[in-house]
Amino acid sequence: MSEKLKGAEIFIECLKKEGVKHIFGIPGGAIIDLHDAIYKQKDVEFILTRHEQGAVHMADGYARSTGKVGVSLVTSGPGATNAVTGIATAYMDSIPLVVFTGQVPTHLIGNDAFQEVDIVGITRSCTKHNFLVKDVKDLAYTIKKAFYIAKTGRPGPVLVDIPKDVQTASCEFEYPDAIHLRSYNPTYHGNPKQIKKVTKVIESAERPLLYIGGGVITSNAHKEVLDLAEKLQIPVFTTLMGIGGFPTDHSLSLGMAGMHGTYKANMAIQYCDLLISIGARFDDRITGKVSEFAPNAKIIHIDIDPTSISKNIRVDYPIVGDSKLVLKELLSVLKDNNEINQNREKWLDLIKKWDSEHPLSYDDSDKVIKPQYVLQLLNKLTKDTDPIISTEVGQHQMWAAQFCNFNKPRRFLTSGGLGTMGFGFPAGIGANFANQDKQVFVIAGDGSFQMNEQELAVLATYKLQTKVIILNNSYLGMVRQWQQLFYGRRYANTNIEVQPDFVKLSESYGIAAKRVEDKKDVEQALIEMINYKGPYLLDIKIEREENVYPMVPGGAPLSDMILT
Amino acid sequence: MKRIFSVIVENETGVLSRISNLFSARGYNIESLNVAPINELNLSRMTIVTEGDFNILEQIGKQLNKLIDTIKVIEYDNELPYVEREMALIKMHTDSSTRAEILRIVDIFRGKIVDVSQNSYTIEVTGSSEKINAILNLLEPLGIKELARTGKVAMARESKQ
Repeated sequence: MSEKLKGAEIFIECLKKEGVKHIFGIPGGAIIDLHDAIYKQKDVEFILTRHEQGAVHMADGYARSTGKVGVSLVTSGPGATNAVTGIATAYMDSIPLVVFTGQVPTHLIGNDAFQEVDIVGITRSCTKHNFLVKDVKDLAYTIKKAFYIAKTGRPGPVLVDIPKDVQTASCEFEYPDAIHLRSYNPTYHGNPKQIKKVTKVIESAERPLLYIGGGVITSNAHKEVLDLAEKLQIPVFTTLMGIGGFPTDHSLSLGMAGMHGTYKANMAIQYCDLLISIGARFDDRITGKVSEFAPNAKIIHIDIDPTSISKNIRVDYPIVGDSKLVLKELLSVLKDNNEINQNREKWLDLIKKWDSEHPLSYDDSDKVIKPQYVLQLLNKLTKDTDPIISTEVGQHQMWAAQFCNFNKPRRFLTSGGLGTMGFGFPAGIGANFANQDKQVFVIAGDGSFQMNEQELAVLATYKLQTKVIILNNSYLGMVRQWQQLFYGRRYANTNIEVQPDFVKLSESYGIAAKRVEDKKDVEQALIEMINYKGPYLLDIKIEREENVYPMVPGGAPLSDMILT
Repeated sequence: MKRIFSVIVENETGVLSRISNLFSARGYNIESLNVAPINELNLSRMTIVTEGDFNILEQIGKQLNKLIDTIKVIEYDNELPYVEREMALIKMHTDSSTRAEILRIVDIFRGKIVDVSQNSYTIEVTGSSEKINAILNLLEPLGIKELARTGKVAMARESKQ
């Protein structure tokens, strides 16, 4: 008979078994016991944030940059509801998280007790799965299931709600090594017949195109994608979530496609005769007008989630399975380009022609600072140090996706699906906890940064190598751009000139900071920031009404791009 | 297109809510829904009648399968012949002028009177939804006081599987 442990101690033992090193959160009445248990040990470090949304985004950045499960611990009621945006963000981008929430004691559940909320009910539609643990005897097994579900199949956030009396009750601790759920068996290997069929389709295509989504990053399939592209000389575009899944610098790379995608990528979609989608979900930001998407193409779709297949666009050749495994199976039978004797030159030349007609570009200026200039410069200055770049949401996010190069996966962290302003700063901090040898650059807008700026306190506490670059146009810039282009320049509620002095704000936390208002000072300021040991904030006043181009207006076909 | 799905699920708290939530969050219709435990330990069977075009029905099947608590989804269509039944309890106002007529109708539909009072009959009738609709049509002019229907339950025919 092993000795009995309290629920709170079991919680710690489970985290140790799962190899968890950092958890992010804020204490509260319903989780004092868990914090007491955290206090008494040294294996798991608790990172105290200043808002629960920040905590979940940190766990999320931790997960995105490593592939491990991110863990957050928040209290009941408002602590739990504050975490919801973070959970929904992770859900939309398929990020493995386990979020623990405190709950009022079981005998008070349903009584409208102090700080009680039905968080399991609230998060049912934005978690992969969730649990309320009503008996301490179920605690260890539930935590095991939560981690297993979060990281397997199509990953996602799992919430575990632990009432206060479960934390204090005792039972024998036993942690299962393996787990089998009769109702949950993701498909990893592709159907061999379908793979054989698809092989012929790929070999006979004249104008094939690879469409790389976040699933390639999740399943670590970047190497296999590169092999496939090179073997058959197939050009590649990525989604926003797929950035880093194929090297931007590669001659077959077309960059990102979609609403703010490159001209060549969007044109290639409209002209290809075979579209090979891997770990992507045909989101409306990629397809534009669905009925005119890839009109000349047969579509192959490889995805681990059957519900992603033929959801928005009917595909011709679905393969359900893990991207990496399916690609390996596919590569083992595909002939290479010499053997199939396809003349790819014509297709690649056409793409080159599109690129030379409308390359990614912007009108630089000496009078004002262009955000694209800052990002290109940052990219140049940091290309040898392999940094992580985390973005907020808006214009700056699109410029970062367009003008920074990413040659490795898990270096570009961004809220793609939910589009959560306030994500990038805490996610960058979380990633820095997981990658303490690396610099993390947070590319922020002034609007987004204000949504979670309180987490400067975490940076001040832990003195990480996180550097914040605010591309400050004093507008909610993306909405302003839409108002300019589609709403007759009526800038309703997007002017945010009233804002803190970000330099003073940062310095008030003891974090070094600088403002740049003149183009000639940008390079020096960036170098200073890069060389600075410790956290840093750079407030760069950019051209106020710069727009993100190309742009496919919402609901238009991809070929209808506004180019300047 | 109407479609019947049978979903075998873990009998966990919240599973009904997960399923109904899925339908409302994605804008699918539920025409009827029936849940009860089955003979295997800790499992329940849900029978859901829904409507949609081919794409929507395909998504519904996949989304039901995706839920962690779902063990099996059975979709009844032309390729999978099935039997379906529904039961209704119908409480009728009665008086001396209607009793005989009601009894005749109940008899034709092979229903049963399961409760009687001085001025009411409660009728139990089982069959396809069409049959239930037919008896309701006939009873309606005679004064229906209260109606409870179970919604469909369905099962594949063994002989043609």
